[in-house]
Amino acid sequence: MIEGRAWKFGDNIDTDLIIPARFLNRTDKDELAKGCFCDLRPSFSKQVKKGDIIVAGENFGCGSSREHAPVSIKATGISLIIAKSFARIFYRNAFNIGLPLLECREAADDVDEGDILRVDLRRGEIRNLTKGKNYFAIPIPDFMMEIIEAGGLLNYVKKKGGASY
Amino acid sequence: MTGMTITEKILAIHSGREYVKPGEIIEAKVDLAFANDITAPFAIKVFEELGAKDVFDRNRIVFVPDHFVPNKDIDSANQVKLIRDFAKRYSIRFFELGEAGIEHVLLPEEGLICPGDLVIGADSHTCTYGALSAFSTGVGSTDLGVIMATGKIWLRVPSSIKVIFRGKLRRWVSGKDLILYLLRKISVQGAVYKAIEFSGETVKELSISDRFTMANMSVELGAKNGIFEPDEKLRQYVKERCKREGVYLYSDPDAEYEKIIEIDVDEIEPQIACPHSPDNVRGISEIGEVRIDQVFIGSCTNGRIEDLRIAASILKGKKVAKGVRLIIIPSTPRIFRQALEEGLISIFLDAGGTVGPPCCGPCLGGHMGVLAKGEVAISTTNRNFKGRMGDPESKIYLSNPAVAAASAIAGKIVSPEEVL
Repeated sequence: MIEGRAWKFGDNIDTDLIIPARFLNRTDKDELAKGCFCDLRPSFSKQVKKGDIIVAGENFGCGSSREHAPVSIKATGISLIIAKSFARIFYRNAFNIGLPLLECREAADDVDEGDILRVDLRRGEIRNLTKGKNYFAIPIPDFMMEIIEAGGLLNYVKKKGGASY
Repeated sequence: MTGMTITEKILAIHSGREYVKPGEIIEAKVDLAFANDITAPFAIKVFEELGAKDVFDRNRIVFVPDHFVPNKDIDSANQVKLIRDFAKRYSIRFFELGEAGIEHVLLPEEGLICPGDLVIGADSHTCTYGALSAFSTGVGSTDLGVIMATGKIWLRVPSSIKVIFRGKLRRWVSGKDLILYLLRKISVQGAVYKAIEFSGETVKELSISDRFTMANMSVELGAKNGIFEPDEKLRQYVKERCKREGVYLYSDPDAEYEKIIEIDVDEIEPQIACPHSPDNVRGISEIGEVRIDQVFIGSCTNGRIEDLRIAASILKGKKVAKGVRLIIIPSTPRIFRQALEEGLISIFLDAGGTVGPPCCGPCLGGHMGVLAKGEVAISTTNRNFKGRMGDPESKIYLSNPAVAAASAIAGKIVSPEEVL
């Protein structure tokens, strides 16, 4: 079960907004967390609490293949992103590093910044504790759920027998 | 059972199946996998953590440092060194400065990609090779690290959108304008998760260079890949470069498309993507007065020799407007040399421009032309997201190389006719 405060974002949040290119010369997760949304919402990485949830519109994560984008978001403490839709490379990258994503139009429209959400990932059920409402996301495919439960693709492949899977 | 598209056929062959259909998850063999100086360090970390004894095939992996080279700072230098050392340890091809250029221009030039290939790169613009009738798509570093160990990737078979272009292109209108026009029509979400098949009489007339530009920006539509049917032009291109034969595949007449879009190109003028999204596109006649501070001609989208020739044809004997900075970056050393031998570099220098070494340069705001607060640039690149080329308060307009060159002379965004 995931529980956290909602941080609202709009449509087409691109990877340059998530983490600008000037942070791409490093791989240290804490350093990358400092760059997360630094131009769009400069105080974001300082204010996010562990477990918090991003709620966004269409095509979240469009643009570059930089894995630094989901890595930096996860490193701030964000536990889940709910959006109307995701860009495909971002989608792969997030699951691969163990950051779950849910597609739910209703939640994206209804949730306000600061609402407290409690989410059952497996069932795709989102409870808005602030508003007393429930939303249902498109369930995560079994294959992707296995990756999340393993903690990312690296551990998933290891579990399946390593490099020879 | 209905027919298959080129994309579906390539995915079927690489997953050892007779037939695949959209939505299926397959495990596919990778013909070529690569990463650059931004994405390789993470991928190497993943590979090492996997504990693999060796890479799956050292001849099917390459590294191309191109984003922040020549190394722009100490952190970048350390990243490239890490890749260089890893490549040496596993005898993987590493393109060193001097032979390296922008990956998506360099790899086809080197003959490393053939029609029918399945190519996976840790860079979103890996979709560029659809111009060679290959299936190619971008992934992140974890995927690439796993591929380096296993040679395989899981993929969901995408449904396809066919885009048919009809009619004859007007003067100064190129592949760049067609892809910008398509972005204008269907938006940056228009093809999320899908394959785009470019087709019609107009694309048959396009050079391979223009096809690279269009396939390159498929990702801006959200697409997984963009692909062209093979033809005589492609066979010629492949014959001159590739060491392998390649597999020439065609979509079946009864292949299924989720959508068919028809575009009449006769009335299309040069297209401009305005800040801050590649789909915020207008025709050049609708732009109004936009003063510019910087012009960039280059990148994996438009830094090929054909692009430089067009720019030079406009800049020849002219001067860049006072206060405007013109930066030209040939995408690879071979293009640089060719431009030098054809006298293009002299034309750029005489006009008051400057020429940089092959790399991604200012496209992603790394180095070699970062924008200051409030500055405006016109660029032949593929993305004009907020802050992409520098300060978040700067603005980027995207265009073809002819418009960019003309705008450098005028000091504002203009059509080439206005300066000739």
